[in-house]
Amino acid sequence: MHMKFSYYPGCTLKTKAKDLDAYARASAVALGVDLCELPEWQCCGAVYPMAKDEIATKLSAVRALMNARDLGTDLVTLCSACHNVIKQVNNDMKTDADIALRVNNYIKPETPYAGETNVLHFLEVLRDRVGFDELKKKVVNPLTGRKIGAYYGCLLLRPSKVMAMDDPENPTIIEDFIRAIGAEPVVYGMRNECCGGYVTLENKDEAKKRSNIVLESAKVKGADTVVTACPLCLYNLKKNGGCEGVDVVYFTELLAEALGVK
Amino acid sequence: MSHNKNAAAVEQILRSSGVDVRKCMRCGKCTATCPAFDEMEYHPHQFVYMVEKGQIDKLTASPSIWRCLSCFACMERCPRQVEPAKLIEAVRLSVIREKGANHLKPEDIPAMLDEDLPQQAIASAFRKYSK
Repeated sequence: MHMKFSYYPGCTLKTKAKDLDAYARASAVALGVDLCELPEWQCCGAVYPMAKDEIATKLSAVRALMNARDLGTDLVTLCSACHNVIKQVNNDMKTDADIALRVNNYIKPETPYAGETNVLHFLEVLRDRVGFDELKKKVVNPLTGRKIGAYYGCLLLRPSKVMAMDDPENPTIIEDFIRAIGAEPVVYGMRNECCGGYVTLENKDEAKKRSNIVLESAKVKGADTVVTACPLCLYNLKKNGGCEGVDVVYFTELLAEALGVK
Repeated sequence: MSHNKNAAAVEQILRSSGVDVRKCMRCGKCTATCPAFDEMEYHPHQFVYMVEKGQIDKLTASPSIWRCLSCFACMERCPRQVEPAKLIEAVRLSVIREKGANHLKPEDIPAMLDEDLPQQAIASAFRKYSK
């Protein structure tokens, strides 16, 4: 089955997180998924502007959403932060008439945008479009014996009413992914707690503390690797955290390895 | 702050956040789940009742507004959908929307960089700390 999507890589996947992007693209080819990079996408801003009177900060996300609509495709994201921003802004356009009116007045599109685009994280493409059973069949290099902890962090799951990816307190999507590539998922307490995020810029000690709490929690449960979809989580866990015997990698790297395209 | 100015500040914060502070039943779950608890002078539940009581000056002057991680834990786990993070964001915005009140300035950035720091960190921090 051929599947074609618009793809929004985001700024960090073009710079410090090239691996997250490259391994996803290689894996997508192996899975028959066509990720077409959106033309002229702009930085999403990296954090969702929560205030109801923030309009300008939502425009780049809307432009990406509108371009995907005009191309007649679903919009696939990969970075957890981009996914969170774009999906939450899409929800605003769908559910908040005042925001939608003011955004459309500003952008003046031929057809006003009302949240029509379906936003999917690449993990959701694997689960809901490819299917983890199909993925499993395409694995040529199963990661047998590896004990892998899923690190969801904040942005994939919350706020759950909008993100709607999985149960926000007891998620399974990344564990099911880990099983599909032949490894053993390790469930640990801090998998959906914050790594410290952008506070690392001003307060390294806080980011160190948060990150080490996450890694220690994974290590105690026996994980040899922790996977993430977020460049800032990877940075905090590796650079500010650091736990002997626990590696931190993008989930797409393990996917590419299992599919034999790394 | 004069009484009228304070009332206007409360109204702006409530409107901007969309939060109904009267829904709060003071269970403290937001603060109990806040990963930045140790770093904060005023905690998420205190933002809720201090806005309700009109104590805006204390909140805008507190470093707590820069310590929120925007992790959405308090929003997700609030049993009454009060969503304290939106209130903290609105208080922070009421500060940085003033001319010259940016908390993070471009000239601060070079000293904060290291070879692995993702662009996402800088973009996020500017969105949270500056206008």
